[in-house]
Amino acid sequence: MDRGEKNMKRSVQTSDKGYIFLFLLPTIILTGTFLYYPFLRSVYKGFFYWDGYLTSRFIGLENYIQLAGDEVVRMATLNTLEIMCYAIIFQVGLGIVLAVLVDSVKFGTNFFRSAFFFPVAISATAIGLMFTLFYNYDNGLLNQLLTKFGYEKVLWITEESSLIAVAIPTIWQYVGFYFVILFTAISKIPDDFYEAAHMEGLTGIKKTLYITLPLIWSDIKTCIILAITGSLKVFELVYIITGGGPVNSSEVLGTYMYTKTFVSSAWGYGSAIAVFIVILGMILSVMANKLLKREEVSY
Amino acid sequence: MVTKQTPWEKLQSTLTRSKLLKMVTYILLIAWSLTTIYPLFWVINNSFKPSDEVITDSFSLAASPTLQNYERAFQQIDIGQSYLNSLIMSGGTVFFTLLFGGLAAYTLSRFKFHLRGLIQTLLAASLLIPAFATVAPVFEILRKLELLNTYWALILPHTAGFLPFTILVLSSYMVTIPKELEEAAIMDGCNRWKVFSRVIVPVSKPAFSTAGIFVFLWSYNDLFSALIFVPQAEVRPINVLLSQISSQYSGTDYGLLATAVTLTLIPVLLIYLLAQKQVVKGLTSGAVKG
Repeated sequence: MDRGEKNMKRSVQTSDKGYIFLFLLPTIILTGTFLYYPFLRSVYKGFFYWDGYLTSRFIGLENYIQLAGDEVVRMATLNTLEIMCYAIIFQVGLGIVLAVLVDSVKFGTNFFRSAFFFPVAISATAIGLMFTLFYNYDNGLLNQLLTKFGYEKVLWITEESSLIAVAIPTIWQYVGFYFVILFTAISKIPDDFYEAAHMEGLTGIKKTLYITLPLIWSDIKTCIILAITGSLKVFELVYIITGGGPVNSSEVLGTYMYTKTFVSSAWGYGSAIAVFIVILGMILSVMANKLLKREEVSY
Repeated sequence: MVTKQTPWEKLQSTLTRSKLLKMVTYILLIAWSLTTIYPLFWVINNSFKPSDEVITDSFSLAASPTLQNYERAFQQIDIGQSYLNSLIMSGGTVFFTLLFGGLAAYTLSRFKFHLRGLIQTLLAASLLIPAFATVAPVFEILRKLELLNTYWALILPHTAGFLPFTILVLSSYMVTIPKELEEAAIMDGCNRWKVFSRVIVPVSKPAFSTAGIFVFLWSYNDLFSALIFVPQAEVRPINVLLSQISSQYSGTDYGLLATAVTLTLIPVLLIYLLAQKQVVKGLTSGAVKG
């Protein structure tokens, strides 16, 4: 009896091992083949002159030396950082403002949430095409408005304005995302905090500044980090609206990596750019984490 | 002379002040809602007008709505084929991600074994890998397997790319399922597969539907990978078609472009209307901690 029970336990365990293996196998094969191996190979191929087909020659750090001196990389990095600043200031900022405002009203909460959030769910490609129709010189929405009020048509996408032209839809699309995160955080604040604030005579903006914002600071931090990592992934809107132009003026790292690899066939160099994007992302997230942590202590 | 407010006047002035504040708040909120709703309305409205009417006045309501743009979208640019491609590839991605992700999540949330910690760390780390850093070698692999420009060329990389996050979401739900449920099933003679398919999956339905929705949206909305792996007309998903026609017709055929955008948005808007809570939850679940 005793032995029988033990045997049963043992047999369950050995068969469990089989199931563990079987159940994990598809995930291991798929992520191994299409995620981890390609990532490692990108890192490796960053040290090669590689045209994607037959030519592949080890050239050490040459891709990275070229990258450091590449005028377009400099521009794309600055553009990416500029979008990142807009994202932190306007996406997270507007997210905070809207969350506080919606929290202060009684009616329409659900409506506002639906209206603010839906751009997050739709494709950046479609949004890009939509904004192309707004910016278009002949008869786009903006120029139709101008002509209607008797003004001259404006060329909306120029070397000076192109980055702003792609930054606006990028920001606009994701405000609702940060709004939902922060609004959820605000609704979780227990009522007693506000009651105490009320006793102290704190209302309106003061209440927001001294009670609400410090209490959701960790969520704001999460949002800032998400805005940073999200900005490094910008591709679709730039690709559709300006294609990185005119004359690379709105190029971001993602579009430049795509062009170098799949248009100019410089696969090794493209891999080096991709590695640069990953490293930049890690450095910026760590920096943001450190900077924001210090802020948090002061409360 | 000192003018002193009566209590009544005091009450009145505070009331109007807070009323004014409320009104300003509502105006601001409605203003932002308009920035998201109006562009969408503009596009849908213009999709029902002939292109020359869009050019002369894109703001007026479609006076005599016409479906001619929709007919042309299906005939001229074969949007139906792209729709089908998108559905097959994103549907396939959802199926495989949920099946394999579910199995992996079940294993990781229920069994203690040697490599568990390592696998969990690797999965978490992979969330930091952007598509830019895998795309070239994946292209190479797909070319070797002769899968480029087939449905698999998008299903496989998408499934692999979305698995880690799906596993994270599913397993954090599955750890909350009481062990007694499974033990009862095992007593009844179920093997692990049966426990998974008959107990775990039905109980985890909310997590599966949330994950299914965000995987579908990510896959359906992705342009970058699709542009590289499945650009050919027979297999291209709807986003690739959009990107190709945007340069071709831009500035000339507003009606057709507005229609293409509208058609692309319809499935997503439908999902959003039917399952808004899950969409919001799914797309923000990475950020909001339990």
